[in-house]
Amino acid sequence: MALIEAERLEKRYPGTDFTAVAGIGFQVERGEAFGFLGPNGAGKSSTMRMLACVSQPSGGSLRILGENPVTHGRALRARLGVVPQDDALDLQLTVRENLIVYGLYFGLSLKHMRAKSTELLEFAQLADKAGERVEHLSGGMRRRLTIARSLVNDPEILLLDEPTTGLDPQARHILWDRLFRLKSVGVTLILTTHYMDEAEQLCDRLVIMDKGLIADEGTPRELIDRHVTREVLELRFPPGEQEQAAEKLGGDVEILPDRLLCYADDGDAVLARATELGLRPLTALVRRATLEDVFLRLTGRSLTD
Amino acid sequence: MSRLPAAGGAQLVVLRNVWVHKGGTPWTMALFSVYEPVLYLLAMGVGVGALVGDVPGIDVPYAAFVAPALLAAAMMNSALEETTNTVYGKLKFDRYYHSLLVTPITVRGMVAGELLWAAARALVTGVGFLAVIAAFGLVRSPWAVLAVPAGLLTAFAFGAFGLAAAGYARGWHSFQYVQLVMLPMFLFATTFYPVTVYTEWVRALVEALPLYHAIELSRGLALGELGPGLLLNAAYLLVFGGVMLAVAQSRWATLMAR
Repeated sequence: MALIEAERLEKRYPGTDFTAVAGIGFQVERGEAFGFLGPNGAGKSSTMRMLACVSQPSGGSLRILGENPVTHGRALRARLGVVPQDDALDLQLTVRENLIVYGLYFGLSLKHMRAKSTELLEFAQLADKAGERVEHLSGGMRRRLTIARSLVNDPEILLLDEPTTGLDPQARHILWDRLFRLKSVGVTLILTTHYMDEAEQLCDRLVIMDKGLIADEGTPRELIDRHVTREVLELRFPPGEQEQAAEKLGGDVEILPDRLLCYADDGDAVLARATELGLRPLTALVRRATLEDVFLRLTGRSLTD
Repeated sequence: MSRLPAAGGAQLVVLRNVWVHKGGTPWTMALFSVYEPVLYLLAMGVGVGALVGDVPGIDVPYAAFVAPALLAAAMMNSALEETTNTVYGKLKFDRYYHSLLVTPITVRGMVAGELLWAAARALVTGVGFLAVIAAFGLVRSPWAVLAVPAGLLTAFAFGAFGLAAAGYARGWHSFQYVQLVMLPMFLFATTFYPVTVYTEWVRALVEALPLYHAIELSRGLALGELGPGLLLNAAYLLVFGGVMLAVAQSRWATLMAR
């Protein structure tokens, strides 16, 4: 049985005609890392709030750990871990107290939480900050504390909403390492992101969302194979010359605001042809296709708004 | 597997607030809360009291007449402060309640917890101020001990009102409207003179105010003037608080579902 099963899941907000999630279906299996990718406003956060049993679906069906989140929301929340986008830590408590008090909210005992907080501080590499006030922590430390906090109840599923947004590269790598460790001990991870490298690094399987719908689903490799070629040639031209160049070159070309993406299995061959045609790009780069190319193909045309 | 917290986790919200306040003992808290009413007691009760002498129709010194009203008002203010400014800051800026949403704590539990905390906070104020009144020799009856539990009813009524106000507030400026009502209510709801000074229609207006009933209850007990009217005052506070609590619960349910 899948840990999470969603069918034709919808979310509309009352008083508005805005449909955040317009009927999506997916399943998440135990132990996997599952990602929601999409531009801002795609419906990722609305979906996460429904998975966290905080907001009720407006339509379709959703089962989490075999239960209905509408009727069993409270019991389910006790079995989930949630890392919200804004950490929402308790600023009036110290680092350790944040973990202890949060554990009490789950019905755990003070004695249990004293021991558990030490273990979690070690895990989050915050042991030497235990007595500090939260406001003195850096962004990366706060996020690690938020992850530690989400683990007080040894959750079966960990939901992370844009876990590394706003963090510097070092902090991101430390965080990814921690998430890998969780995955290796069997915690099911569900995350949203708009960083393609994060999705490729962390996710076994992902869906790409756009305008409240799922544009496609698969492993990062599958999605790349399905939607783009093996290689991509990136060409930059002076402003205004892009369209002409794309027309001249023909083939499978995506016009972005700042460059052309030419999809081909042999990028160098396309570059050679461009030179033969007399095109003089400012810069030219042949690289392997990535998830970002898939993302742009599936959602790129809507990026203008 | 742990058991889900009872009562929607209200007691854990209280526990968290106690934890945050552990730096200040109940005595320092009481000291801060009785500071203002003690100044009023000195200025009005003792100072102005020296000019007015005994209150016509009431067989007690003026300070003894004012003191129980200040007790009720002090407990009201303690509860209101905790449920308006403190709660609003946690709601909008700390996003504290949003962080509770993903735990087994329910929205009803959050509201109930903050109300309980406000009552506990008012209790500290009440005990502290009663001690001051006693030290001034203004306690006229052993029934005065019951003025503190009566003040808890006041704290319940105004704490529930504060939570509803915090739920509807659009910014800090919204609480200026609360002050716009609270200050005149404090000055005119018979804190400093009996309701008999008013003409018929003003009197009806004053008697509709919740603080009037809080003061009647507190004063009746403190002066040992018991009567069935006190039960009506208590009933008023209970109903007012109950309605406000229902409003607060429904508002917070909407607010947190966004």
